[in-house]
Amino acid sequence: MRANALLIRTPEGIVFAQSLAGPMTRFLAWLIDLLIIVGLTFGLERILNWIRLISPDFAGSVGTVGFFVISFGYAMFLEWAWRGQTVGKRALHLRVVDAEGMRLQFNQIVTRNLLRLVDFLPLAYLVGGVSCWMSRNCQRLGDIAANTIVVRIPEIAEPDIAQVLEGKFNSLRKYPHLAARLRQRVTPVEAATALEALMRRDRFEPAARVELFELLAAHFREKVDFPPDVTDGVTDEQCVRNVIDVIYSVRA
Amino acid sequence: MIIDLQRFIESARPGWNELESILARLEDQSNVRMSIRDTQRFHELYELVAADLAKLTTFSSEPETRRYLESLVSRAYGEIYETRDKRRRFFPIQWLFKTFPQTFRRHIRAFYLSLAITLAGTAFGGLATAFDPESRHVTMPFGLDNLRPRDRVKQEESGTTDRLAGSKGTFSASLMTHNIQVSITTLAFGATWGVGTILLLFYNGVSLGAIAVDYIGDGQTKFLLGWLMPHGVIEIPAIIIAGQAGLALASGFIGWGKRTVLGSRLREVSRDVTTLSFGFALLLVWAGFVESFLSQYHEPIIPYNAKIALGTVEFLLLVLFLTRSGSASEK
Repeated sequence: MRANALLIRTPEGIVFAQSLAGPMTRFLAWLIDLLIIVGLTFGLERILNWIRLISPDFAGSVGTVGFFVISFGYAMFLEWAWRGQTVGKRALHLRVVDAEGMRLQFNQIVTRNLLRLVDFLPLAYLVGGVSCWMSRNCQRLGDIAANTIVVRIPEIAEPDIAQVLEGKFNSLRKYPHLAARLRQRVTPVEAATALEALMRRDRFEPAARVELFELLAAHFREKVDFPPDVTDGVTDEQCVRNVIDVIYSVRA
Repeated sequence: MIIDLQRFIESARPGWNELESILARLEDQSNVRMSIRDTQRFHELYELVAADLAKLTTFSSEPETRRYLESLVSRAYGEIYETRDKRRRFFPIQWLFKTFPQTFRRHIRAFYLSLAITLAGTAFGGLATAFDPESRHVTMPFGLDNLRPRDRVKQEESGTTDRLAGSKGTFSASLMTHNIQVSITTLAFGATWGVGTILLLFYNGVSLGAIAVDYIGDGQTKFLLGWLMPHGVIEIPAIIIAGQAGLALASGFIGWGKRTVLGSRLREVSRDVTTLSFGFALLLVWAGFVESFLSQYHEPIIPYNAKIALGTVEFLLLVLFLTRSGSASEK
């Protein structure tokens, strides 16, 4: 059974998760890399046309070695230089990492790339794809041999919740017991969803924005029975803002 | 327990930023040497951030900060707990004369097995040609099955023009890349628990045996040795070394007699497989040059005895290199 994340427990008892990339995402990254390889090949061919005018034999040997180096060395070189990323992986926010959370070594990069020859069989990475589907950590044979995994690296940004919380009157704060009940009943996922909605609110279409906050406010109202003076005259968006304020920011 | 996320981030952020800058330095520069004080600070920051992550994981919090801290902790964990050699400067001479031959000798049993499989294939190919001459159409590569050895020798020795003139470089590059690709395939098939590696080694042996018996049976032994030895004494061992690497990889997958888990076993052989792969690639580059610029020329241009002598010297040097080079530091 394939897992979505690889959990690593440190000797300090801290558990951190590596989000595993699925076979389709990896295939798309490979397609991007394939386009780059084709582009490089065309580029080399154009240079060879010039060299051919001087020495056809030299151009032939440079071409043969060049195409070989591009096809075998492209991923090896970039994964080494960019710490586990190629252009395709970088575009799709993927990275090759050691399966045990250690530093990725050069020999691991070489091994996983040499074994592409088997993973590619019979065509378009069928063996690698099947191996990926069947393996718990979505590893193709090259990854198993090199003890590597491909993980998703989300764009990491610290939340700027101040912009949605500070300087606003919050009617919920008049009822500390309701605020405490909210904090108890709202799950982290629900809180995170509402916070994201608030932070992205300016990017929504007006109608979609009204509808979204109506749904969220209704959801939170189901969790706690608010007295009328908390909700009267308060828009759905303000209601969600108040809920998030009491969940994320405890003031003395 | 609930925390004030904003205040928490504000108070902890300097530590996160400091850890991130240390990690960026460690990851970007391969030869960073940290002082004891810096190392202590690094470890202290790692523990602080790990504790922050532990706090956040148990609290009602948004996932972005948790992912950010997880990323910091995972990067720092990799740097602190890594016990394998850190990326060091690469010294090509040391690698060639020490690392490669020492690695070769460390997996000598896999080499003997690879050699035995090739020899079994050679015997099979030879016997097949001897007892069933028609099998040549299956066992011989490069269209050699369509030409009787004595006809080829006559053709080669009567040639007045250099048929490779103006294309030696291209021919040489084609030989190198083709042989390296075949060798990498032989290695990579180690991932099939060695089955693919064994089949490829055996097939190579079959072709070799078939050609050898065909030429010897037709009385062309000297031509055969003069043709094959200058490049073959390097090329054939290189392919056998590729088989050795494939079998070493296979032993990691199978794990006979080992009580370690798959990941640990493969971690043990991965570095050696890489060393062997660069080693055989280098040998094949040499073999490609020799095959293109020397092996394809026969008497009267180059005397067979000279070619055989060169092949013998190359073979002895290769044996000496693989068995002796770097052995002083091994002891």
